Amino acid sequence: MGTEALEIAPPRTHYINVAYGVKSWLLTVDHKRIALLYLASVTLFFFLGGAFAVGIRLELLTPQGDFVQAESYNRLFTMHGIVMVFFFLIPAIPATLGNFLVPLMIGAKDLAFPKLNLLSWYVYTIGALLTVVAIIMGGVDTGWTFYTPFSTNYSNGNVLLVGIGVFITGFSSILTGLNFIVTIHTMRAPGMTWFRLPLFIWSHYATSMIFILGTPVIAITVLLLALERIAHVGIFDPQLGGDPVLFQHLFWFYSHPAVYIMVLPAMGVISELVANMSRKNIFGYKFVAFASIAIAVFGFLVWGHHLFVSTQSIYAGMIFSILSYAVAIPSAVKTFNWTATLYRGSISYNTPMLYAFGFIGFFIIGGMTGLFLAALGVDVHVHDTYFVVAHFHYIMVGGTIMGYLGGLHYWWPKITGRMYPEGWARFAALVVFVGFNLTFFPQFLLGYMGMPRRYYAYPDEFQVLNVMSTAGASILGVGYLIPMIYLIWSMRYGPHAPANPWGAFGLEWMTSSPPPTENFPETPVVTWEAYEFRPYEETEVVGGSGVEEADIPEPGPRTRH
Amino acid sequence: MQVEIPFAPEQASTVSGEVDALYAFLWALTIFFGVLISLTIIYFAIKYRRRSESEVPRPVAGSMKLEIAWTVIPFLIAMGIFVWAASIYYKLYRVPNNATEIFVVGKQWMWKFQHIDGQREINELHVPIGRKVKLTMTTEDVIHSMFIPAFRVKMDVVPGRYSHVWFEATKPGRYHIFCAEYCGTSHSGMIGTVVVMEPADYQAWLAGGTAEGSLASQGEKVFQDRACHTCHFTGRAPNLVGLFGKSEVLADGSSIRVDEAYVRESILDPSRKVVSGYPSPSQMPSYRGISEEELIQLIAYLRSLTQQPASASGSAMPPQPAGGAGTGSSGTTTRNGNSSTR
Repeated sequence: MGTEALEIAPPRTHYINVAYGVKSWLLTVDHKRIALLYLASVTLFFFLGGAFAVGIRLELLTPQGDFVQAESYNRLFTMHGIVMVFFFLIPAIPATLGNFLVPLMIGAKDLAFPKLNLLSWYVYTIGALLTVVAIIMGGVDTGWTFYTPFSTNYSNGNVLLVGIGVFITGFSSILTGLNFIVTIHTMRAPGMTWFRLPLFIWSHYATSMIFILGTPVIAITVLLLALERIAHVGIFDPQLGGDPVLFQHLFWFYSHPAVYIMVLPAMGVISELVANMSRKNIFGYKFVAFASIAIAVFGFLVWGHHLFVSTQSIYAGMIFSILSYAVAIPSAVKTFNWTATLYRGSISYNTPMLYAFGFIGFFIIGGMTGLFLAALGVDVHVHDTYFVVAHFHYIMVGGTIMGYLGGLHYWWPKITGRMYPEGWARFAALVVFVGFNLTFFPQFLLGYMGMPRRYYAYPDEFQVLNVMSTAGASILGVGYLIPMIYLIWSMRYGPHAPANPWGAFGLEWMTSSPPPTENFPETPVVTWEAYEFRPYEETEVVGGSGVEEADIPEPGPRTRH
Repeated sequence: MQVEIPFAPEQASTVSGEVDALYAFLWALTIFFGVLISLTIIYFAIKYRRRSESEVPRPVAGSMKLEIAWTVIPFLIAMGIFVWAASIYYKLYRVPNNATEIFVVGKQWMWKFQHIDGQREINELHVPIGRKVKLTMTTEDVIHSMFIPAFRVKMDVVPGRYSHVWFEATKPGRYHIFCAEYCGTSHSGMIGTVVVMEPADYQAWLAGGTAEGSLASQGEKVFQDRACHTCHFTGRAPNLVGLFGKSEVLADGSSIRVDEAYVRESILDPSRKVVSGYPSPSQMPSYRGISEEELIQLIAYLRSLTQQPASASGSAMPPQPAGGAGTGSSGTTTRNGNSSTR
């Protein structure tokens, strides 16, 4: 493949210029256009959430509370969490890159339910607007975790409105997940067997499972919370005969798997980047694919590790600790396989690959510090401190956002038909890498030194590390603004992109950039394995006898493009 | 194993060094794997860098041996960490029988402490070195979390139930108390100080004393003021002498151990678990509205009613901290799903 594909001429009409006008966008059922609607929405919320983070970091520059009032600070970190988690991180990759690429990668014309797909964006938008209204009315001060009985009986913020916003937005996730699962099952092109699917598809399949199984639980939980807050039905409030810790169980039953909703798609992106930017088949394809499924399944069994200090039985704590280690293994397997994929590759240093390198580095630290938190005796000390804050930002920001930006750059030529400026992009990736580490690494140390999270003012001895963190955040902010500028610039002024600018492998590169509305002029027939840059007859076997015969596919008939 | 490390709070309890040792080991592991993988990636990235745009390398088949190796080895390491960490956790939360008890009531946004001898403190807690101290904690409002970084202990304080944590201080000094569970506007102001003292200084501090008498005698006063004795010492209600720590048979035939949780529940919601032989629903009115501190005083009083006869007669009912090892259960929490007061 590769070079031949470059010769596909830029199309005269494609999905972007096929129709004009606001209506053509707001009523579109084209998965690619809906992906762009989502892209615009999540970008907006990313910068809104980022603005809240600016407020947080400025306040924490000094030990005293001086930049804002305590009450405002509590609202800042709450809104930062809610906006980033529910309106950016969860939809970021699946609803933008996933929406755009799932049909393209499996050789389909669209998702199985195009109208449902559009509906999901509207549902998301309604939920998001309600939340924005709640923010304008003064926000909410419960923390994104909404712990009872604070959220039901004590908070004077707009808990209900935000709750309804989150509740509604959840349905957009369910619709997206449903659409992906049905599409992947029923609409693969002829010859596109399960084990020929790109790993991006496997990780989105696993994500969709969590969307469908997990999201209803948060919906129910929010509903129960509303019921108690409005009608004083005793569910969580001990005064009314309820159990406040029950809320934590229900909340984390969704919200821990939600962490995997955020990171699995990024892992899918990284698999694509590592394979394509080193032009190699993924080492241990099946292990990486099943690792996604394993993470999704185990992810549902570990919620109790958020409750090690919440009066949960110590024996329950031990079970949840063991299971949490179980979920760490597939993540480690992925990391090792990505590394091994580089072996004897042809490794490019393009921007997407820089983000992939960054992702792996951050993911090692984020993942390993997860082991600290699953370690019962250590968690007692670091629970609810900045150690936890640092850990999940290494996964969410260092993992998900690196994957998202890497993917956005990698598929940008396909999405827009234009190239982004490579020099600027590499520079921005470097700025993000430096800024990120400076922001979040000191927080590990702060946490172990004992600084609790969600503190508006803090003892003097924590100041130096907090100043470093704030300095890092300002660098990180610049690192995020630069791509925002040049990507918008490139939509108009970037050089035209060929169909396959990277010499990458995959069905999405076998159609024009940008693709036509129907994706492929005719339904593709797949006769190759995933990432088969060169036929498998040429496969080199490492480690000799250890390889099972079944792992080396039979060389099939090669009717190559 | 005890280890001292940088970027850590002072080690001021018997477990601090042990927690730090595991923490240090985990960082060593993180650095080892981080460096190993990073160096491998850098080495590959340089050695196999793309040398021409049209270059397409040969595919490499996977290796079952490698896959098994990097599944099994991390798993074994993880299980090792689990056992190490769980043993520390068990020690942190399994309250020893001979610990001195101090009662804690959290409220937005302060910590209130009550000592057995009657001293009361707010946001300051005096303890001696070399003595095991058990905190029995509850809250008047939302969930708080007792966090003493220098001792490496933390335990949530949940409305409607008593939770426990213990420590043994080893180094005199003043250390932070933080509330670690977000609890509203002045969450970051819900802080205090543990004052760890030499035993002699501590005795002097205790002697500074209180006019109110011991916690149990404060409880006795509440008991009198609320006229509890008019029923409980006249046969109309269960006799409370020697009751605490014993098992009672309920009307439905089940039995229950008389511990803090049950006493608390019976004061707030008397009809919920009525002792067999007494009218059900109970004739006792609910004392909802009584403060958490008074509840604790009453519990201390009831407990003293058990301890005195036991020590006098040398009977088989030794005083024991409720919710401790005696039940054979976790001992970290005694639960009362019913009620609390604000």
